Amino acid sequence: MWRVVLLLLVFALPVRAQGGFEAALPGLAGGFAQQAEAVERLGAIGDPRAVPILRALAEGRMQKRADGGLLIVEGGAVRDALTGAAAEAGEVVRINNRVRGALRGAFGRLQLLSPDPAERIAAAEGLFRSRSPENVSLLEDAVGRETDPAIRDRMTLALAASRLAAPEDVAKRQGIVVLGGTASAEARGLLLEARAANPALAAEIDAAVAAIDTRLQLKRVAETAFQGLSLGSILLLAALGLAVTFGVMGVINMAHGEMVMLGAYTTVLVQELCRGVPWLAPLSLPISVPAAFLVTAAVGVALERGLIRHLYGRPLETLLMTFGVGMILQQGVRLLFGAQNREVVSPSWMQGTLLLPGGIEVTQNRLWIILFSLVVLGLTVAAIRFSRFGLEMRAVVQNRRIAATMGIRTGRVDAMTFAFGSGIAGMAGVALSQIDNVSPNLGTGYIIDSFMVVVFGGVGSLAGTMIGALTLGVVNKMLEPWAGVVLAKIAVLVGIMLFIQRRPKGLFALKGRAAEQ
Amino acid sequence: MSASITLGGRLRPAPGTILRGLLLAGLALLALLPVLNRLPPDAALYVSDFVVAVSGKWICYAILALAIDLAWGYAGILSLGHGAFFALGGYAIGMHLMRLIGPRGVYGHPVLPDFMVFLGYTELPWYWQGFQFFPFAFAMALIVPGVLAGVLGWLAFRSRITGVYLSIITQAMTYALMLAFFRNDMGFGGNNGFTDFKELLGMPLNTAGARAALFYAALASLGASLLLCRHITKSKLGRVLVAVRDAESRVRFLGYDTTAVKLSVFVLSAMLAGLAGALYVPLIGIINPGEFSPGNSIEAVVWVAVGGRGTLVGALLGAFSVNAIKTWLTSFAPDLWLFVLGGLFVAVTLLLPRGIVGLLQKGPGR
Repeated sequence: MWRVVLLLLVFALPVRAQGGFEAALPGLAGGFAQQAEAVERLGAIGDPRAVPILRALAEGRMQKRADGGLLIVEGGAVRDALTGAAAEAGEVVRINNRVRGALRGAFGRLQLLSPDPAERIAAAEGLFRSRSPENVSLLEDAVGRETDPAIRDRMTLALAASRLAAPEDVAKRQGIVVLGGTASAEARGLLLEARAANPALAAEIDAAVAAIDTRLQLKRVAETAFQGLSLGSILLLAALGLAVTFGVMGVINMAHGEMVMLGAYTTVLVQELCRGVPWLAPLSLPISVPAAFLVTAAVGVALERGLIRHLYGRPLETLLMTFGVGMILQQGVRLLFGAQNREVVSPSWMQGTLLLPGGIEVTQNRLWIILFSLVVLGLTVAAIRFSRFGLEMRAVVQNRRIAATMGIRTGRVDAMTFAFGSGIAGMAGVALSQIDNVSPNLGTGYIIDSFMVVVFGGVGSLAGTMIGALTLGVVNKMLEPWAGVVLAKIAVLVGIMLFIQRRPKGLFALKGRAAEQ
Repeated sequence: MSASITLGGRLRPAPGTILRGLLLAGLALLALLPVLNRLPPDAALYVSDFVVAVSGKWICYAILALAIDLAWGYAGILSLGHGAFFALGGYAIGMHLMRLIGPRGVYGHPVLPDFMVFLGYTELPWYWQGFQFFPFAFAMALIVPGVLAGVLGWLAFRSRITGVYLSIITQAMTYALMLAFFRNDMGFGGNNGFTDFKELLGMPLNTAGARAALFYAALASLGASLLLCRHITKSKLGRVLVAVRDAESRVRFLGYDTTAVKLSVFVLSAMLAGLAGALYVPLIGIINPGEFSPGNSIEAVVWVAVGGRGTLVGALLGAFSVNAIKTWLTSFAPDLWLFVLGGLFVAVTLLLPRGIVGLLQKGPGR
């Protein structure tokens, strides 16, 4: 039995709305006051068929027949507004500012109930801006129905703003409390505007504004910190490989940036190869990580065994030579892949932003890169601390000749270390391909900063590299808002110069015999 | 000495003589170029405007190479930022040239250069004052690079930053300056830099006479710089420099103030680079922030490496030969040039550590 009632109700609801919709239409052809009233009614009913009609009215495409029937001009043809049948042209319906205001509100309301989430957000924004007390009941209704928390938040804001515009102080207070609970600069502007109009509520409004200010400040700090961490994690990835080759072996590799670039291009290649296979395509990024490591490690071994080996003990020559190698690699990639940027598609789990409590927005791909850089750092530390290779590497660093006497093949350790450092650079390239343009000169932008990280953190210390990278990233982003990107970079550079005056060996200087070399 | 007594030594002239002869012949040939340019175009020895312009450019590069050789070859200071000193010198003269345009600019403003009118400046920034006078601008072309090198060098040398660290810091310096000069609000024309110059010292720039005058000015500066560097390297200071390069701590223990020695040479070298830039800009007719790019500086280093560092002559030889290859190659196979340049870096460091001069000096008795 109750099912039947429910069924009846479901059918009855639109029917009632439909009746109201048709009854409201003729008002649109009347005087300005009638028009405005009709527009508001159509908005309140919430029938989607009203949208094209109201739009035609707003855009001056509505005409009326002598009998009061409504016509719409669509692409030159005149049609009946209700039936859509072709019709003779009539007299153009004109509107005034009051009707235009009503139309804006009505559009907002109609959109508010739309099935499309984007439309609902737009509607909430529109109502927030128009903030009329008449929207309160509508918004209350919409807030109750809304399932998406993000949209509901926007609607709640619009509701509070509308309440603030209401004549009664009770409603205003409600609005102030809700607006004061946000971290929105718009809400702050609204409150300040309302403060002038409502001297009686000044104390409440001031408290609310202060609360917003605190939250905005917190949000700014948190977002700056996140951006700084993000930049720092990228610097860490780029500098980690350098810390191994430069810090551990004392070899300055100016082609390090090109290793990063090769890693990014490996990502592009893996993505192209995986594209044809449906089950493989989403895995292309995870596959790229080991692939990039292997490719760049192989290039690193070739570079070390073929060229750098002959220049040990002559750091300036090594610097020049590796710069030349970098040039050749860059030009080679430019000829093979073209000079234009290559597209790398982020997998869906890396796209979009994450909304943390307090309105702090965090982009997913940067979050993943921070995690990735920490994992890579952890693996590097583990490899050096706990593996046989790491043990041999540390032995060679401490005393090459004694290590050789103990049966360690130092040449092989050198090659492996260089391969390891280059491989990390390749993995950095995979991460960078997610946030930067993949182009042949991808690496050049990072190489100088990475060297700064290693010099600042202390050569030969992975902890120093991590602290150095994160510090430089955060300081850079903190300076940017009031100094601009370029001046922040210059300031950081000068800061490092002055820092080196105090501690020439960087933050974490090696002590003992290993430091002498 | 003893080698010259033997018969074999007598038949072969000393390597130094060959180099000196080569150098003088080269300079004389260069001096002839603007004269040959005045011949009728169908004459057998006619030299085109292009050749004169390009060799004028190379002469400026040669001065830059000399500057790098003085710092790197003798004092062991490998600066990867000498392009910045070069560009600063160029910007100083460029500011003078911009002031001289006066009301002949597109906007016809009596004082402000076009880009300032375009950016809405109402008056000249304070640091543009005085650049309407040539002596001031020319002095600034030397002083600004000198002061920058002085500050950077003082900070670096006193905390014993040497070798690759210094190289990286100088590279970061030129990189930072490049970013700064790309900004419009610096008041240096942003990424367009300065161009469209009209005159210098009362002579219109786009005439053959002016080009010849600038060419000879550059050539004379090259000769003077070469003599100056030679004088320094042959003096006691030069000996101390080489000693600092080879064993800095030992020189310090002997009581020399190595910081002061290195600093003075570094500053002088930067001023020479500034001079090169100041000669370069009127010849080329444009200066923009691209001159600060780290690649330019390191390319200049490779000229010295190819020619043979620590020889002065080698710097000239390298600057001319590498740029000759570059001009020749970029005209028909621009894609290949970077491979060749990169290959030069590798080949010189691995196979020819003493450059072309080292190759020539491999005579008997060495």
